[in-house]
Amino acid sequence: MLLIRCPWCGPRDETEFRCGGEAHVARPPDPQALDDAAWAEYVFIRSNPKGWFRERWVHAAGCRRWFNAERHTVTHEIRRTYSKE
Amino acid sequence: MRFSAFSLLRNAFTGHEEWPPFWRFPEPKPSYDVIVIGGGGHGLATAYYLAKEHGIRNVAVLERGWLGGGNTGRNTTIVRSNYLWDESAAIYEHALQLFETLSEELNLNVMLSQRGVLNLAHTPGDVREAVRRVHANRLNGIDAEWLDAKQVKDFCPIVNISPDVRYPVLGATLQRRAGVARHDAVAWGYARAADALGVDIIQGCEVTGFDIAGGRVRGVQTSKGTIGAGRVGIVAAGHNSVLAAMAGVRLPLQSHPLQALVSEPVKPVHNCVVMSNAVHVYVSQSDKGELVMGAGIDGYNSYAQRGSFHVIEHQMAACLELFPIFSRLRMMRSWGGIVDVCPDASPIIGALPVQDLYINGGWGTGGFKATPGSGHVFAWTLAKGEAHPLAKPFALERFTTGALIDEHGAAAVAH
Ligand SMILES: Cc1cc2nc3c(=O)[nH]c(=O)nc-3n(C[C@H](O)[C@H](O)[C@H](O)COP(=O)(O)OP(=O)(O)OC[C@H]3O[C@@H](n4cnc5c(N)ncnc54)[C@H](O)[C@@H]3O)c2cc1C
Ligand SMILES: [Zn+2]
Repeated sequence: MLLIRCPWCGPRDETEFRCGGEAHVARPPDPQALDDAAWAEYVFIRSNPKGWFRERWVHAAGCRRWFNAERHTVTHEIRRTYSKE
Repeated sequence: MRFSAFSLLRNAFTGHEEWPPFWRFPEPKPSYDVIVIGGGGHGLATAYYLAKEHGIRNVAVLERGWLGGGNTGRNTTIVRSNYLWDESAAIYEHALQLFETLSEELNLNVMLSQRGVLNLAHTPGDVREAVRRVHANRLNGIDAEWLDAKQVKDFCPIVNISPDVRYPVLGATLQRRAGVARHDAVAWGYARAADALGVDIIQGCEVTGFDIAGGRVRGVQTSKGTIGAGRVGIVAAGHNSVLAAMAGVRLPLQSHPLQALVSEPVKPVHNCVVMSNAVHVYVSQSDKGELVMGAGIDGYNSYAQRGSFHVIEHQMAACLELFPIFSRLRMMRSWGGIVDVCPDASPIIGALPVQDLYINGGWGTGGFKATPGSGHVFAWTLAKGEAHPLAKPFALERFTTGALIDEHGAAAVAH
């Protein structure tokens, strides 16, 4: 089980959190301008690196706030958590 | 060498020490007509059907580790074809039918045991969804039955159907032709048969990059040097995104750990396969007597081939509510594999945006059952350079057109 440092509550067990997938996927500023391929990229395609990965977590059974983590997908080491870039 | 009663007897006299090896350990040739990346069941089956059905024998299967050491050797071996949508029903049923004659085809016993698979329903919503799936299956010519709780108990006497548990059993779908098969034997059988037809299975050979010129793939870079190729098929399960990225292609796949565990062996007690999507557990009993149980995926991306203990704890709690009889069983081993999960819980089969580069992946938590069918249609696709009719709906383009094949219900592992 991971020990995750919530930026507001400090280190807590993984079971208090939910993982929200890749971080920093920006909502398209002008949705009308997107073609189908760009929509597919935004809706379905996510990075899936073997290595460092920036992802979103929510402290579901705690303060219920979202934040980001930089975690390694092989060692599971979390090198930092942060609320804003 | 063919296995027969006679060869078994003859080798008994020499203490079983003179059986020939199942396959060669060749070094790579400078180039091949087709290179298959990934020596799991799907990759090996692809190579076998390329050689057998399409006469393409100048083929290499490149495997980073040892053959069958990925998800092929880590899964809970459930085979069934009761998927909801026509496209899925067609490909999974194609695979199940190939499974039914696979031991003869490969001259190796894959120990297919069609003992019946129950998919339990625990809520009125589950029931409606399950009954709908039974009807859909029947329209597609797939055997499917709806059982009420009492009939579930008759079919599987050890399951707890008492109404006073958190998620009572309200009924189940039953596919009698479904069951389990020996996962290793499937990999070994395809490997042995492909090798006999001239396919080079190269283990300990990791693909690290692609040679791409003029928008076309010309070969692969590996830990054993550069190897030329006419066509390349990526069949690397949890590592499909990593390989596609080497060719500059992004896929709608996320890699997650999926765990399974086995108990100490006991006498035959569980005669079928029980799966429950809602409380999340699936259980069968192996021929050695171990109860084989599958858990859910971990919520985060990982390539670590291990999962978290709390996932197992959750799954064991579900298991004990369904099967109180197992409460004093000891668990012997647990392990994890890395599964490549697609947003619609269906695979991706077909061409990638680089010419002559193809993929067969995204089988996620449920691709073992598809092994023969997947290899069969992918070999056709690689041989002809166009999608097999059963593979066509599973093209990568579906994420652009929106024609998704949503099988979250039938996939039976919550993700
Ligand atoms: C715990 C668990 C339980 C499961 N239970 C079931 C079940 O009951 N029923 C079912 O139908 N399915 C089940 N599955 C899913 C099933 O195992 C997979 O969908 C299926 O095995 C994928 O097939 P494969 O042969 O392509 O994968 P694999 O056997 O994983 O083969 C892929 C191979 O590619 C190799 N590879 C990766 N990168 C490279 C590289 N760069 N170069 C060379 N080779 C590379 C890997 O080493 C690996 O051997 C389960 C999976 C797990 C993990
Ligand atoms: Zn918090």
